[in-house]
Amino acid sequence: MSSIYISSNNIISSLGFNTKENIHKIKKGVSGIKFHRNFGYMYEYTAKVEEEILNKKFGRIGANNNYTKLEKMMILSLNDTISKSPFPITKHTALIISTTKGNIDLLDLINSKLDSERVYLTKLGEVVKKFFKFYNDPIIICNACVSGVLGITVAKKLIKNKNYKNAFVVAGDIVSNFTLSGFKSLQAISEKPCSPYSKDRNGISLGEAAVSVAISSKINSKNIAEIIGEGESNDANHISGPSRNGEGLYKSITKALNMACLSGNEIEYICAHGTATIYNDEMEAQAFTRLNMQNIPLNSLKGYFGHTLGAAGLLETIIATKSMNNNYLYKSYGFNKIGLTLPLNIIKKNQKKNLSIILKTASGFGGSNVAILIKKCKN
Amino acid sequence: MKELKEELKNKIIKELNLGHLSVQDISDNDPLFKEGLGLDSIDALELIVMLDKDYGIKLNDPIEAKKVFESIENLASYINKNRLR
Amino acid sequence: MQELKKKQNIFHYCKIEKNFVLLNDKLIISEDKSILFSEFSKILYQQIKLNYPKFFKMDDLSKLALITSEYLLTNYFKKTKKPNDISIILSNKSSSLNTDKEFQKTIGNKDNYFPSPSLFVYTLPNISIGEICIRHKFTGENIFFISENFNSKLINEYASSIIKNGQNSIVLCGWVDFNKDNFKAFMYIASDNYLNKITTNYVDQLFK
Repeated sequence: MSSIYISSNNIISSLGFNTKENIHKIKKGVSGIKFHRNFGYMYEYTAKVEEEILNKKFGRIGANNNYTKLEKMMILSLNDTISKSPFPITKHTALIISTTKGNIDLLDLINSKLDSERVYLTKLGEVVKKFFKFYNDPIIICNACVSGVLGITVAKKLIKNKNYKNAFVVAGDIVSNFTLSGFKSLQAISEKPCSPYSKDRNGISLGEAAVSVAISSKINSKNIAEIIGEGESNDANHISGPSRNGEGLYKSITKALNMACLSGNEIEYICAHGTATIYNDEMEAQAFTRLNMQNIPLNSLKGYFGHTLGAAGLLETIIATKSMNNNYLYKSYGFNKIGLTLPLNIIKKNQKKNLSIILKTASGFGGSNVAILIKKCKN
Repeated sequence: MKELKEELKNKIIKELNLGHLSVQDISDNDPLFKEGLGLDSIDALELIVMLDKDYGIKLNDPIEAKKVFESIENLASYINKNRLR
Repeated sequence: MQELKKKQNIFHYCKIEKNFVLLNDKLIISEDKSILFSEFSKILYQQIKLNYPKFFKMDDLSKLALITSEYLLTNYFKKTKKPNDISIILSNKSSSLNTDKEFQKTIGNKDNYFPSPSLFVYTLPNISIGEICIRHKFTGENIFFISENFNSKLINEYASSIIKNGQNSIVLCGWVDFNKDNFKAFMYIASDNYLNKITTNYVDQLFK
């Protein structure tokens, strides 16, 4: 049995502090992207986690002063997931952490009470490991915006290879002066809330989130999804721009389909990457059309959450899974008029649809592309 | 203008990491992007930052930027006309 | 001794530290420890006849990764046919911290706020993998792990999984770290043959 199963899960984002809250807001058509005054002087549309509520909730399980915002988000999320997990932490349990920049905000805080060494991702890993008393050192993935989905594929590989019996994966990133300034310098930040796949799209809206899942190879009534195939491929084209014909994404999806012994027309819904930059969305249109998937209902969830970087792939996988289990498609928030040279079947309004096999994709700086196939569990 | 062109060539070598080139290697009218120096989209964004930082010019129009960045000659003319520093 | 010789024929690696290059147990470059990486990398660039102007735009981490892979792969492909594709697994402790701090300098002061796009694009460690892929048109799997020390066990397990899945027959593995003035790169080729015969202990010894 080479599949793995996702069971308990948690989402902490601009839309709420557990998965249920997040789904509820999405169904109501609420977006977490708001006009914020960031870092004292930057006014941009971003999707932030409510710090006051975060601190209140975290205060019940730990001392706020001893942890960074990202650590609190990750620990709070994992706490929920672990408490509801069908398996406990043992020495055969992997802890997988996905993030792009971790506690990068510490570079900004001159008077931080926390040691400057805390900016190392290994320190972040140590903090999380210690809190839950994991036996094994965390496996930390730092691979741009595909890190979140890689958390799942790494768990799958290591469990299938019998290196571990199960895993907890936590993925997270915060909105920081660092990333906001960086994307601004690339002219990649949209002046209004992002509009994936739209004609007037002009960049991303940054968001923050911490998301976690429990993964194992055992069949259990708590399982919510079966991961039946995955594929990864590098564009080998440019370090920050996707390939014009979507070669890497095309290859990733093809590999995933081959692994699952499926053909493209068996996919019922695509939860794509859709960052709302001119180039990313166009690249996806190229790749999906090459695979003859242009008629499959497709959305980007970044209109609800913003681009949550390292968390994105895992966050959106959970939402897509809930979508599948509810037999319900959520509209691609922020979409108005299509702006792709090859049209895709963008979901324009919430609707019912029977779903049992779906595709999740992600792409990232460095030319990374990852695709996973998610199947409904029989229970 | 001659001084400005020389200054620009030095800046480009330093800021765009063209350490394998010298000022003599860059002619006034050679294309900067694609052929010639082979600069790319990230270099264009870095030049936009340089215009703001060193000359106080905010160049936001991508179509105008394309013309301005065609050659050292164009870049120097543009800066001469619009500089605040 | 025979056993060691056998291993040497199977295990292909390159180690670059301040300021030397070791390729399959042979010291091919040794420079004064006092010279900076900017100078050292230029020496290597010329010695290996890289002829790749994009090199100069890279940050130190990507330069180090590219040069190490260049020594390793050039040598490896002399004896082995270049496969259609390879996967790459790299790791380090510091992520892209040196470059992060350089970028931070361009945004840290509100009154001198000019974020640099050419620095920002290098503030992710997996970009180093991207650069290797672009150079060779490798379109296989990639992943960048962060760990306190070089974790040969994790990397071998992961490489083994990729090879068993039939995704690629060889995987470029290793460690490439840049922390302030200190740097260390250690890359090796994992293949079916290698995984069956080389222990993580052997790899760890060579890493030291």
